Amino acid sequence: MIGAKRLLLQILNYAVFMGLVGYFSFMPPYARLQPDEAMITLAISHAGERVQECRKMDPAEMAKLPPNMRVATECPRERSPVTVKVLLDKLKVIDRVVTAPGLYNDQGVDIYESVRVPTGNYRLSILMNDNVRIEGPTYQHQQPISLSPAQLVVIQFQDSSGQFRIK
Amino acid sequence: MKFINPIKRGYLALEAWFNISFGPKWNPLYHLGTLTFFFFWVVLVSGIYLFIFFDTSLSGAYASVEYMTHEQWYVGGIMRSLHRYASDAAIVTILLHMFREFALDRYRGFRWFSWVTGVPTLWFVITLGITGYWLVWDELGLYVAVLSSQLMDALPIVAGSMASNFVEGHLTDRFFTLMGFLHLLGQPVLLIFALWIHVKRLAHVEISAPRGLAVGSLLALLALSLAMPATSHPPANLSRVPAVLNLDWFYLNIYPVLDYLTAGETWILTTGITALLMILPWLPPKKTGPAAEVHLDECNGCGQCAVDCPFDAITVQQRTDGARWEYEVVVKNKLCASCGICVGSCHSSNPFRSSRTTLETGIDMPQYPIDKVRSETRKVLSELSGEQRIIVFGCDHAYEVSALKSKDVGVMSFLCTGMIPPTLVEYVLKNGADGVLITGCRNGDCYYRYGNIWMDKRFDEGRKPVLRPRTDRERIAVYRAAVTDGAKLTREIIRFKAHIKALTAADDQVPDSVPIQRVDL
Ligand code: HEM
Repeated sequence: MIGAKRLLLQILNYAVFMGLVGYFSFMPPYARLQPDEAMITLAISHAGERVQECRKMDPAEMAKLPPNMRVATECPRERSPVTVKVLLDKLKVIDRVVTAPGLYNDQGVDIYESVRVPTGNYRLSILMNDNVRIEGPTYQHQQPISLSPAQLVVIQFQDSSGQFRIK
Repeated sequence: MKFINPIKRGYLALEAWFNISFGPKWNPLYHLGTLTFFFFWVVLVSGIYLFIFFDTSLSGAYASVEYMTHEQWYVGGIMRSLHRYASDAAIVTILLHMFREFALDRYRGFRWFSWVTGVPTLWFVITLGITGYWLVWDELGLYVAVLSSQLMDALPIVAGSMASNFVEGHLTDRFFTLMGFLHLLGQPVLLIFALWIHVKRLAHVEISAPRGLAVGSLLALLALSLAMPATSHPPANLSRVPAVLNLDWFYLNIYPVLDYLTAGETWILTTGITALLMILPWLPPKKTGPAAEVHLDECNGCGQCAVDCPFDAITVQQRTDGARWEYEVVVKNKLCASCGICVGSCHSSNPFRSSRTTLETGIDMPQYPIDKVRSETRKVLSELSGEQRIIVFGCDHAYEVSALKSKDVGVMSFLCTGMIPPTLVEYVLKNGADGVLITGCRNGDCYYRYGNIWMDKRFDEGRKPVLRPRTDRERIAVYRAAVTDGAKLTREIIRFKAHIKALTAADDQVPDSVPIQRVDL
């Protein structure tokens, strides 16, 4: 049998151990957002335009190619990087340039980014460029927005309509 | 005084504290591996219960956990809390286990394999916890899902964005089902496999914690579960961001790092830490002594050394030298820890044999062969003078016995006290010593895992080769002492001398065989 003193010491040790386990299993709390913050998430899947436009091959060029490679139009595979800027009034909250992935930079771009922003009423502007041959935004969107604490605003882009979706 | 690394000193002090509270048999620091296994059992049993009531669909998961927590709090709720807290406790014991091996320099040299295979095991446990929190599908589960996905997106292996799946309108059961499979089956199986590899190079691996510790830990977990039942956050809501989360810091500490670093940088940080841990055994490396050598002329193939080797470095095979014995033993040099425990196992390591020629034994250590042990013993004995002549046998990994040397105290240090053949103790008592005190690593804490355990068993005649019954056990004492226990050991030697003096005075009345004086630190 273990003595009373040992038993007491053991209980003390177990209490410290479990105190530690219990405490760090949920404390200290982690503040993901400050009370006056909201979050904007940009979740965009979009393929940039081709860096060079497709062009018609002239007959002389076609003749040079082996017969199985002869196509009427040639389309270089490389695609433009996608640039997205999100502004609340004049404050730039997101500014991303994403090069097209893939061995030949020929694939669609996936952007997912979340930022903490101060709550309040703003004018939200989204500027996107997906074509290196064009200066400035190829798509843009503006609207008033009211951000309340803990609100999550998700910005998406619909390829079919060329419109941004704000939720 | 010898310099003792402060980390080791701190660890030994902690160990001594637990020895006061639990005694060496139940000292949790000696059972961190088995305690971790015990917590895994609790997790497994409670997990099976939770699985019965858990709804593995995205829409039903949260409600099913809430049902267990609140409606069925008396079983389901307790099981849930046990599941959580035992998982957390396992992280504490794993970290202490790592710290112990590191502090006591038990992670380098021949131990590199156990260390290196331990590191991924830790990650497997942590990711298992992460998928567990995901499955609750509360605000915390969603947070874990989104941030894990952002981490995955930073790896070039995933095409498309995994994180975009957690945007309203895109959410499907796909990942949730995958997490269910991983948490309930895939990861546990992987963990068991990893643990099997982790202890593969060790023999006599204990995986069940001593009953006293198991019962105590279970009661403690139950008490915590009743006092502070595990609960969920509000249900996952894709259109809101919870401002405050109560993270389980044992498992989810990586996510807040993403507030400061990008996902890519977080990967660099974690892989960096992992890589550093993995190469730690070589920073700097530790040389293991030469491997044990078999001398077939003296080996009858009894296999006791193979049974005793704590590192599975000795195997028994068919005889190759044509001798009349059926078997012989072979040492796998790569696995040998150079502890010499096999020398103590071999009945041929008997100093009474071939007293005029070189003493050879069946298995021997090149750096400290048994013949050298005997000649050194003779020398130490011849130098002794005084009334009570004592010999102290110690080991190279515990208190350094050379500090105890005096005219009536002779000292010898072995690679491990498991190396001491029981006949050597008899030999010393027959050849001029009045008493033998054996020290070495603290009980339950042998540097070579089983040296002092085998020694005790041999002396208690419970393991071959035994200390012969006719040996005067009144003149043998065992007092184990770590590097920091010098003062206690010195006191014990004074006490032992007084004991021997009283014995010598009353020599005629001493019974033939009495138990060995054994003191627990
Ligand atoms: C994940 C849970 C783990 C469990 C359940 C576990 C369990 C064990 C067990 C049962 C032993 C054998 C102890 C003995 O019988 O002497 C052992 C040995 C060892 N473990 Fe672990 N371990 C875990 C994780 C780790 C980690 C993360 C590390 C370090 C990175 C580590 C490093 C070691 C070392 C170096 C040994 C060798 C000890 C020796 O040779 O005496 N372990 N472990």
